Amino acid sequence: MQWNSVSEFFAMGGYALYVWGSFGLTAAVMLIEMVVIRNRRTELLRDLRNELCSESTTS
Amino acid sequence: MKTRVIHWFKFSSPQNFYFLAGRMWPWFAALAAVLMAVGLWISFFVAPTDAQQGQGYRIIFVHVPASQMSMFIYIVMAAWAGLGLAFNTRLSGMMASALAPTGALFAFLSLVTGALWGKPMWGAWWVWDARLTSELILLFLYLGFLALQSSIDDPRRADKACAVLALVGVVNVPIIYFSVKWWNTLHQGASVSLTSAPSMASTMLTGMLVMVVAFWMYSIAAALARVRSIILERERHTEWVKHAVE
Repeated sequence: MQWNSVSEFFAMGGYALYVWGSFGLTAAVMLIEMVVIRNRRTELLRDLRNELCSESTTS
Repeated sequence: MKTRVIHWFKFSSPQNFYFLAGRMWPWFAALAAVLMAVGLWISFFVAPTDAQQGQGYRIIFVHVPASQMSMFIYIVMAAWAGLGLAFNTRLSGMMASALAPTGALFAFLSLVTGALWGKPMWGAWWVWDARLTSELILLFLYLGFLALQSSIDDPRRADKACAVLALVGVVNVPIIYFSVKWWNTLHQGASVSLTSAPSMASTMLTGMLVMVVAFWMYSIAAALARVRSIILERERHTEWVKHAVE
């Protein structure tokens, strides 16, 4: 264990901005990508079901 | 879903691959989550402080996985694209376009985490160094691929044009990889190589490798989850899609 206290951990030996910036941005990008993939599927399924409904009512 | 006997050759059809991908991606996502938890724990609590760079070196645990994923995804994308050109299979183009956004994101993360590392260590966010410049070109290749894909309405024609772009651009990947050897760069050399002993503490190396595998699992999960939407979009007028969404 390299850390004597919680504040020392967050200070990252003076590199807090760079280390937490890198890890934070990577996590944020991955989370956003997952949300985008999920939304695309949800919207697509809704569209396809709507199409299917309108087809069955017109024919 | 009903359980079925697996015949592997069947999965080259988009219909069968849709269901296969649906069953596989949650496993890859779960593996990614577990490995990332382990990797982060090693990154911050097991790996020692670096003698030269103090705690700042810990950026390596996201920078290296993101960078190698950006290069590897490009190679896989180009391979799918090449398969599509050679055999005219529909799934190939779909897989190539499912991989491109994830690859582009990793190229972006590689550049930004690199800048965040460069600033404290080199004193500059950016230098026109061979490694950095060729990685920037990789990001532009991904963006070009995505732009070309969305600019052609017919997806099959878009696949062919994008496949040519992807295959031509693949020459950039060895340039990125060997740039630190071929040119006198500010960027440090390879941390891991097959021919020499690793130039870092073994716990640092373990942490990095765990994160690399975690990023692999994440990328596979993301590409499989995304390709399902692409398959449904492109096959939307077929009977099986109508049954699948009901």
